[in-house]
Formats: sequence, structure tokens, C-alpha cells
Amino acid sequence: MSYASERDTAEGKVFNVTGGDWDTVVAGTDPLHDERIIVNMGPQHPSTHGVLRLILELEGETVTEARAVVGYLHTGIEKSLEYRNWVQGTTFVTRMDYLAPLFNETGYSLAVEKLLGITDEITERATTIRVLMMELNRIASHLIWIATTGLELGAVNVMLYGFREREFILEIFEMVTGLRMNHAYIRPGGLAQDVPDQAIVKIREFLTLMPKRLAEYEKLLSGQPIWKERTQNVAVLDVTGCLALGITGPVLRSAGLAWDLRKTMPYCGYETYDFEVPIADTADVWGRYEVRMAEMRESLKIIEQAVDRLRPGPVMIADRKIAWPAQLAIGADGLGNSLEHIAKIMGQSMESLIHHFKLVTEGFRVPPGQVYVGLESPRGELGVHAVSDGGTRPYRVHYREPSFVNLQAIPAIAEGALIADVIAGGASLDPVMGGCDR
Amino acid sequence: MVTDGGKPADGAAQGGKPGPEPSRSTERSGAGVPVAAPPVGASTGAPAEYPPGQSQAGRGMFGVRGSGDTSGFGGLRPHRPELANASRPYGGPGRSGGRGDFDEVYDALEEAFPGLDDAIEGVTVYRDELTLHIRSARIAEVCQVLRDDESLRFELCSSVSGVDYLGTDDRRLHVVYHLTSMTYRRRIRLEAAVSVADPRLPSVTAVYPTADWQERETYDMFGVVFEGHPNLTRILMPDDWEGHPQRKDYPLGGIPVEYKGAEIPPPDTRRVYQ
Repeated sequence: MSYASERDTAEGKVFNVTGGDWDTVVAGTDPLHDERIIVNMGPQHPSTHGVLRLILELEGETVTEARAVVGYLHTGIEKSLEYRNWVQGTTFVTRMDYLAPLFNETGYSLAVEKLLGITDEITERATTIRVLMMELNRIASHLIWIATTGLELGAVNVMLYGFREREFILEIFEMVTGLRMNHAYIRPGGLAQDVPDQAIVKIREFLTLMPKRLAEYEKLLSGQPIWKERTQNVAVLDVTGCLALGITGPVLRSAGLAWDLRKTMPYCGYETYDFEVPIADTADVWGRYEVRMAEMRESLKIIEQAVDRLRPGPVMIADRKIAWPAQLAIGADGLGNSLEHIAKIMGQSMESLIHHFKLVTEGFRVPPGQVYVGLESPRGELGVHAVSDGGTRPYRVHYREPSFVNLQAIPAIAEGALIADVIAGGASLDPVMGGCDR
Repeated sequence: MVTDGGKPADGAAQGGKPGPEPSRSTERSGAGVPVAAPPVGASTGAPAEYPPGQSQAGRGMFGVRGSGDTSGFGGLRPHRPELANASRPYGGPGRSGGRGDFDEVYDALEEAFPGLDDAIEGVTVYRDELTLHIRSARIAEVCQVLRDDESLRFELCSSVSGVDYLGTDDRRLHVVYHLTSMTYRRRIRLEAAVSVADPRLPSVTAVYPTADWQERETYDMFGVVFEGHPNLTRILMPDDWEGHPQRKDYPLGGIPVEYKGAEIPPPDTRRVYQ
């Protein structure tokens, strides 16, 4: 051993090799207990839901330490908002959490309306359509969850089915808002436009189709031994852990606490709808799967009630100082201001023209102050903190993004588990990096 | 400004006249957006293109004085918030005879936290939301009591973020905490103000571990230093980034864009019209 003297340091054994027999050198290390490696998972790893980066310290296949790194999708939306008027803000916030755009828009609109003090003046039809669209969006988001999580855990067929049904919802969105994503449909004061009749027909069709499809997913997954093995008792996080880490949404409900802002701090008239808050008591990935499946059924109940209570009426606030002056209509060259409106402002009423011009270019003023609005997005509490200085542009808007806060649970659910369970556990948090990084 | 036809935008920006550097250090109160010089491409000589530097209100394109409101809609004057103390009873949800949840919260806090008068700077009630302005050095103690006291029980720290009130030097950076009591189904807002020269206040991560990333974000965006935070590093911006982007004197960025021979300045150097 004279050619490979060894000494102990804080980092482990250090060999000073002077040449000779390498077998002796290798025999000096313990291959079973010295497998500490650090794996960098992401930001381009396909199972990290976008650009999430995980740094994992492994001992064999066991994760001893896990750290999440975010910020790769930071686009400065909150900063950009401060340079546009209040109505334009909707177009920005819809791009944050791109799987739940209508929640971002509703949260923003509710905050602006609260600052303006016009919460009670929002028309009933507008509020009902907001609820309707949000619940459709919740189903679409949960479908993406079940699709991608299925894919990551080896159930590729579920991915195909989940995306197929989500496509149906996106078609409804396209009929209503004109766009599949990034709608900018829900605006301060009401909605961009009314729901067309064909869309209601399509929603009814969806209501009859979806329960069957949900049953199909459950047939595919719930009895499946691999799915059970991969989800049951994986990534357990109890209520105490959730509250300490600020985790809300399906993850908290899977631990057994029925905390759903739609019930506990209702907004948009959710207290008048009949629905349940599904919970599970397993606090694992399986529980989160069950909660999300049940939530889709509850959302269907809410959608049905919302469609039933739709009555004809305006979808924008009556206050002409806030409401968008023009109504949209389809012309020969696409969607634009209605010809009726153009004829009025260009030919009949100069005051209308001035009014239109001022409101569109300058925007309305919002009294100084600050508000916080929380709503239940598919991922948990989506909070909007809006500050106005009395001007026509937001002074500061901050989004409390459930994806951002929930990702803090990664070390708690990953450390001590197998590396394969990091995938299942991370997926069960349902992070959307567009929302997390904003 | 007229430039020769097909010159690329960045070429115009670099090779053309040297644009004035937007000053990042000077605080300029006023029209919400700091404007260091007339924006590129806006030199028509009209008086309206020079935004007022001193006025608290944006004067608008037409050089109006007074409220600055040329719309006739609002009649409002942009202002910097002052500590407007609300008077008892504070009201709030579950109101009966003027007293409501907010009074209950305040009474319970007063009872559980003996030195409250030293720790609190003011109370604001606006749009049915209660804001307690806390002295920045005491914020962690107040959070501890709010979380642990049986009649308060604010178990969940929903949000921690910052607001930059440029032009109010010693209280410029506000850190805003939104706490939720799941037991009583209430929300309150805590606000603590620090200056840019000494932007330090205690971290609440020991009370609410969820504040970890949110304090990191507030540090990243505003440069507020949370003392006692386990790992106060940037979270959204790259590690070697300079400056704190959400501060009001930090420019939006962007490059001027040439379009059909005219140069369109980036949004934050355009004429201020609010």
C-alpha cells in the first residue's frame, strides 16, 4: 500500500496514488455506501411540467436532499402591468398561469372592481358566465393534470384521452372568447362579449359527455396496480405540513382539510351554487388524484346550474365611464367594432367619439387604495393584491400564485423518497411554471 | 424623427444620436413613470411632450394644471398614501352596531400583545379590508402572536410582497403580508415600511415557513433584506442580476423600434399620459 497511502478528510477518504496496482486503490472505497451523486433534473426535463429545475442529491436511488430552482420563465408581467391601463392588464395576467387563464382574469377583474367599489354593480349574467367559464377551465386544467401525470407514470393512453376532452373545452372557449388560450375575455366591469347560443348547446353536449369519460378514466386508472403502486403512500404531506408551507388547493384537501375558497370565502356568488368540496384522507398522490377526479364532477354540477340560471341581460356594467364603449361584431374583415357603433361615433355623435377615444386611449381612473382578492384556482389560492394611486394604470399588482407557493413543498415530499417518486410527487402539486415565474 | 429607410432598429439606436441614459439612482416623484429626458422620436416641439417633473399629478398631454384630469371622469388626484388612521369602530364583516370582525381582531391582538401601541403605526380600513401598519422591526413578533393566539389564529400566510412608493423616502419600500385565519375565516393585511438606505426587517420565515420563497421574491424584486431568512437569494432573476426590477425607478427596459422610418420609444420612455 505504499504507492497509495490513504488519509481521512471531511470529504471522505483521500488516496495519494503513486502508481502501481489500481485494484488495491478501488478496493479501498466502499461501492455500496459511497454512491452520493448530485443529479440536476431539468429545466428541460420532460417530467418537470415546463422549466422547473430540481437539484437532487442521491444516495443510490434515494433522494437525500432536494432543491427546486425556479425563475426560468420569468417574464416580468407584474412590472409590465404598471405601464398599461387597467383594462389592458387583463391581457397580461391571462398569460401567467396559462392552464387557468380565466382564473387569472377573474381575479384581476374582481380586484379592480373592488378598488372601484362596483362589485355589486356587475350584472348577474356576467357573474354567472364568469363562474361557468371558470369551472370549465377548472376541468380543462385538471384534465391536463391527469393527462400529464398519467404520461409521466407510464399511462400514455390517459394522456391521449385527457387531451381529447380538453380539446372539447378549448373549442367551447374558442366559440365564446374567440381564442383557445390567453382569452382576455373577463374584464374589469364584466365580459368582453356575450356567450353565443351555439356555445351553450356545445356546453350542454359536454355535460352529457363528460361523466361517461370521467368514468372511463377511473376504469383505466383506479384499479390499475401500477397506478396504485406509483401513487399510494407516495409524497405524503399532512395538514400541518401543508399549512406551514402555505399549500392550498387539491393538495391540502387530499390531506383532509376541506378548505375551498368557493365555500369558505365565497366570491362571484358561489354560495348560491349547490356543490360539495371533495376531500381525501390519505394525503398522498392517490388522494390528490381522487380529489381532482371528484372536483371535475362537482364542476360539472356547477356548470349545469350556471347554464340553467343564465337569463338574457347585459354582460357589461351599466356605468358608461367604465364599460368598454364599443360592442364587438364580426364584419367582412374579421372581428371588430360593430358597424352600428362606428356609424354612431363617426357620423352622429361627436360626444360619443370623444368618449370612446378617451376611454380607449386613456382608460378610466381607479381610486387610490389597495385590495386583496383570493379565489380558488385549480391549484389553490390565487391571490391578487392590487394597488392604485388614483391613476389610469395599476400602481402595483402582485399575484400570489399557487404554483409558486406550492413548489416549496418539493423538499418536504421528495427527501427520503425514491427518485421515481419525485416525479409522481412533483406532478401531484400540479405546478404551472408560467404562473410560478410570472 | 426621420431616419434613412431600411436601417435596422438597433443600428439606429446605437449609431444614431446617443440617447440619454435613463437615470436609475435619482428619485423623481411625479407621473408614476420616471422620465429622464424627452423620449426619442417625440421631438415635435409641442409643450405637451415634456411631462411635469415636480407635479404630483400627471398633467396630461394638454398641459392642464390642477387635477390633471382632462377626462372629466374622475376628478381624482394621484397621491402617495399617507397613514390615514381609521377610527373605532373599524367594522368589517359580521358587523353589528358598527363593531365587526376588525374590532374583534384588534381587541384580541391588543390583549395578546401587550406592547401593541409601540409596534403599530396605524390602522386603515378600506374596501372592507383591515390593514395594520406595523413598525418594521416588530413584524415577526406580531406575526407570532397573530398565528398563535387562540382568538386570532391566522394560520396561513397567504402572500408576502412589496410595493415601492417612490418619493416617500424613509417609508419608500412597503412589505405587505396577507394573513388568513382558517378558523375564523378572516383576512388581515400587515404592512411594514422601510427605506431604501436601510431596507432591513426581520424575516417571518420562523413563524410562517411559506414566507421563504415569497420573501426571496420580495428581496429579488425590491431589494428588501429579511434578516434571519435562511437563504435570502434571488429567485426569479438570475443570480448575477444587478438592481431590483420592481422598484419604480428601475426602467421597464426595451429598445426603440423603428417603424416606417419613425422611431417608437420603449413604453417607459413614452410621453406620460395618465
